[in-house]
Amino acid sequence: MREFQFARPGSVAEAVREADPGTAFLAGGTTLVDLMKLEVMTPGRVLDINRLPLRAIEATGEGLEIGSLVRMRDVATHTLVRRDYPVVAQALEASASGQLRTMASIGGNLLQRTRCGYFRDVSVPCNKRRPGSGCPAVGGENRMHAVLGTSDSCVATHPSDLAVALVALDATVRLRSRTGERTISLRDLYLLPGDTPHREHDLQPGELITAVVLPRLPWASHSIYVKVRDRQSYEFALASAAVAVRRERDTIVEARVAVGGMGTRPWRLAAVEAALAGRPATEASYEAASARALDGVRPLRHNAFKPELMRRTLVRALLELERTR
Amino acid sequence: MPVVTQSEGMSRRELLSRSGVVATAVATVPLIGADALAEEAPGEVGVRMTVNGTVTPLTVDPRETLLDVLRERLRLTGTKKGCDRGQCGACTVHVDGERVVSCLTLVATLGGARVTTIEGLADGDRLHPLQQAFIDHDGFQCGFCTPGQIMSAAAVIEDGRARTDDQIREQMSGNICRCSAYPGIVAAVQQARKEMR
Repeated sequence: MREFQFARPGSVAEAVREADPGTAFLAGGTTLVDLMKLEVMTPGRVLDINRLPLRAIEATGEGLEIGSLVRMRDVATHTLVRRDYPVVAQALEASASGQLRTMASIGGNLLQRTRCGYFRDVSVPCNKRRPGSGCPAVGGENRMHAVLGTSDSCVATHPSDLAVALVALDATVRLRSRTGERTISLRDLYLLPGDTPHREHDLQPGELITAVVLPRLPWASHSIYVKVRDRQSYEFALASAAVAVRRERDTIVEARVAVGGMGTRPWRLAAVEAALAGRPATEASYEAASARALDGVRPLRHNAFKPELMRRTLVRALLELERTR
Repeated sequence: MPVVTQSEGMSRRELLSRSGVVATAVATVPLIGADALAEEAPGEVGVRMTVNGTVTPLTVDPRETLLDVLRERLRLTGTKKGCDRGQCGACTVHVDGERVVSCLTLVATLGGARVTTIEGLADGDRLHPLQQAFIDHDGFQCGFCTPGQIMSAAAVIEDGRARTDDQIREQMSGNICRCSAYPGIVAAVQQARKEMR
């Protein structure tokens, strides 16, 4: 690990005032410490933000506001999250391991870096890590890589399950920087790789996520997260689906659909949502609508199985959701 | 400020026997905080944590992980280094009663924290119910992952949500056993769960 300066700011204002482009905020450390050991991340300065007052979960008029330092486990076990947004609790419980869920904050979860093996190996090129150096994954080992939102510069998958559930719910994030506060949709936080895969987020240097807001959406209580992976637990997704459905009798009125393991960022499927709306809640409808998930996919040499796996995962999620009614 | 540094090469025994005495003397050791930000010295950070009930003041390089400090400086070698990347669970300990992987925990962040390792689990010569259960059910072969398994299982039982074998497997999935003693581990957790209630 490279040397860094360590400090513990006493307030959010102080944290964002002290942060510069070479600064990393340290919360649970499960991404940062790992990547500092690998020297993939080499911040000159680390600000330990764990003592900042960003640990509350509060029901507001807008919805449920979750402080960015709340641990994954504590979000997953929260009564209101489980009752009103089961897709969020399930996505969290399907993530990482018990130890890591105890440690990792939800702000950090949303900003975790890709698991692409080339990104994590400083001895090889990577456009994300060293802009312009090339992407060995495009022609290399790419079974786990993305099929949506890719570019010739980067095909790395976004690894967060939580982000998939939150994007389906139109969650927003509150951000604080030395120039003030703003709230943006989580979807807009994530950038497509394009020619600049090293730019992953719409964050200014030193900008800090202070909270995640789950908007009020009464029918989100009828939601589910299904994750398909190489082993049953403690593994990143090959394909995952976050689905919420509003039904009136046997008709789907509205649906929210997002997938993980597929995109360079958590991927909302508006075409599938549109194809579900107004249709009878039957397996045939689910099959037909899920076919729209394949719009624009770009499979790579080792992951040609992914589009069909995504489609089937969606159908399964819709069927399993029906059973929870 | 009485601190223990690596160069002093203090043994665990010396440290533990001394630290009870120094505990009161270091009550005012400044934790790095708001004031430290202003005059941030590169280099070491003073931290006072409690390890297995013993107040332990340390000065650390901010890069030092809890795992390395436990093993190399405090000589608490029960905690094992497997992958050193947060993937295997062999280094699992408790911080403030919660299970964490010590390889991804920087000691600099642990001012005031209460750390429990496998060495702190038994009551003198009387084994903790989980330790006994791992013996009773052959919950290991080589034993390398066992301290992490036991610390993880203690937190799982404390949490109280894992009751069935499947739930235990799911909650324990962050602890890899390459000898594949999993059936014995699940049986051991089940036995201890009943005894610890």
